[in-house]
Amino acid sequence: MPQDESRAVAAPKRPLSGRGMLRRLGAIGAVLVCAAILFAAVGGWFSPGRMTQSHMVAGFEEVNGSHPGFRLNHAKGVCVAGSFESNGQAIPLSKAVVFQVGRVPVIGRISLAGGMPFQADKAPTVRSMALRLAPPGAEEWRTGTVNIPVFAVNSAQGFYDQTLASAPDPATGKPDPDKMNAFLAKHPETVKAMAIIKKSPPSSGFADSTFYGLDAFRFVNAAGVSVPVRWSLVPLQPVTTERPTQSATTDDNYLFDAMIAQINAHPLQWRLMITVGEVGDPTNDATLPWPADRREIEAGTVRLDHVSSEATGRCTDVNYDPLVLPSGIEPSDDPLLSARSAVYARSFTLRAGVQPEKPPGALPAEDTRTAGK
Amino acid sequence: MIPTQLARFPIFSRVLHWLMAAMILAMLFIGIGMVASVSERYELLVAIHRPLGIAILGLVVIRFLNRLFSPPPSLPGTMPPVMRLAAKASHILLYALMFIMPLVGWGMLSAASYPIVLFGSLQLPPILPHDLAMYAWLRPLHTDLAYLLFATFLAHVAAALFHGLIRRDGVLASMASWRRSSRTPITGDNQI
Repeated sequence: MPQDESRAVAAPKRPLSGRGMLRRLGAIGAVLVCAAILFAAVGGWFSPGRMTQSHMVAGFEEVNGSHPGFRLNHAKGVCVAGSFESNGQAIPLSKAVVFQVGRVPVIGRISLAGGMPFQADKAPTVRSMALRLAPPGAEEWRTGTVNIPVFAVNSAQGFYDQTLASAPDPATGKPDPDKMNAFLAKHPETVKAMAIIKKSPPSSGFADSTFYGLDAFRFVNAAGVSVPVRWSLVPLQPVTTERPTQSATTDDNYLFDAMIAQINAHPLQWRLMITVGEVGDPTNDATLPWPADRREIEAGTVRLDHVSSEATGRCTDVNYDPLVLPSGIEPSDDPLLSARSAVYARSFTLRAGVQPEKPPGALPAEDTRTAGK
Repeated sequence: MIPTQLARFPIFSRVLHWLMAAMILAMLFIGIGMVASVSERYELLVAIHRPLGIAILGLVVIRFLNRLFSPPPSLPGTMPPVMRLAAKASHILLYALMFIMPLVGWGMLSAASYPIVLFGSLQLPPILPHDLAMYAWLRPLHTDLAYLLFATFLAHVAAALFHGLIRRDGVLASMASWRRSSRTPITGDNQI
C-alpha cells in the first residue's frame, strides 16, 4: 500500500489518546521495573538469608572481629618458598605440566586456621600449607591443605554454622556448649568426621604434619581419561607426637618458631601423594574418607627451603584459590570448591583494599630471618 | 501496521546489536549472580563470565569499525535537540562501557595474578603487573561500572520503547524490525 507509506512519512501518526498514552508509558515502566527487580533478585537483594560471600564474611567478623589487611581465615601465617620436584609418576593420570619430570618453583604459605592473626599457637588448632606451583610459561596450580584427614563440614552452610557455633563465649573464653551441641545435632556429618579426626592427633609441629587436600578433584590424562583423586603431603621429616612440654610453653608462636628454625637449618620436604578414587567413592563430601586401600601414587617431592614473614614474603599477595587449576586437574562436584573460591575471592578483595594499613603479622620479619641461625 | 519511516540498520549491524545485547545482558546477570553466591553455580558462572567478557571485547571492536564503515541511519528530524543529545551521549557511554568493562575485568585479574583462563589450557596473558593496590582499585571499579552499564541499558530500553510506542517515529523499527522489506526503503526527508 504505497499510499500508506507515503502518508506515514508525510503525516504524523494518529495521536494517542490520554489513556492510550498512559497505558503505553505504564507498559514501558513495567518493563524497566521488572528488569531491575530481576537484576536485584539475582544479586540476592531480596533474599537476606541466602548464603553469599558477604554473609560468610560477616560471620567470620562476628566471631573473630575485624582484622583489616589479613586473610579472613588462616590469618596467622608465614610465607615459604622452594620447589616441587616431579618424578613423572602422575603423568599417566594427569596431563598437567607440573607433573612432567622436572622442577617447578613453589610459593607457599604455612598457617593456622582461624581468623585471628595474633592467636597463640595451640596443638589442636588446624595447621595448613597452601602451595602455588607455577611452572614457567605453563599453567599454575594452587592448592590448600590442612593437617586433618577429613574436613569437619561438607557445605558452605555447615562451615558457616560451625564458625558461629565455635565462637568463644566472652564469659568463659570457650565455645558455648549449648550452641556447639545444637550445631552438631543439625550436622551429623560433622560428628562422624570429628571422630575420624580424633583418631589422628596432631604431630609435634608443622614440619612433621601430614597435610590433606580434603576436597576431591579429577585428574585428566592426555587421552582424556578422568579419574577422581585426593592428594596429601606426607612429611619426610620424622614424625613425633606433640609433647606436653611443648604446649606448656609461654611462647605464643612456638609452632611457627620451631618450623622457622627448622627451615632455616635445612629444607623441609613432603612427598606429594595422589590417592586415586574408584567408582562409588564420594567426591562431593569432604567429611567422608575414602577406603584405606585406594591406590596411591607418589607424584614428587615438595621442598621448602625459605621462610619469610608476610611483610616481605611473596605469598602475601596470592589468593590460594582452590579453583586455580591447570588443565589436567579439574574440580569435582564437591560444593566446597566453589564456596571456598568465592569466599577467598571476597577476602582477597577486602584485604587488598587495606593492604597498606596491615600491621606485620604475629611473626615479624626479624624472627623469620634469625630463628635457627 | 504502518511501515517504518526510517532506513533500517544494515543487517550486519542489527545482528551485531542483538547478539551483543544478549551477551551483555547475560554478563550483567551472571556477574551480579556470581558475586552473591557460594553455591556450586559459582564455578560455572565464573567460567562463563571470563570468555564471554573477552568475546564482547572482540565484538565491540568489530562493531565500532562496522559503525565507521556503515553508519547508522539518521535520527528522525522531528526529534527535539535535547533528545538527540541524550541519544548521542547514551550511545557514546554504551560503547565506552562495552569496551572498558572487559578491559577492567582482564586488568583486575592480571593485577591479582589470577590466570586468565578462557577454555581449557587457553589463557590470555596478563595486561597489568601483579599489584594488589591496582587490584584494590580495579575490582570495585568493575562493579561500579557494571551498575552504570545496567542503568544505561535500562535507559536504552526505555528510550527504544518510547520511540516505538509513544513517538512511533521508526527509530525502534530501524533496529528491531526483521520483516523482509519488499518495498524500497523510504528514508526520512528532513534528516541530518
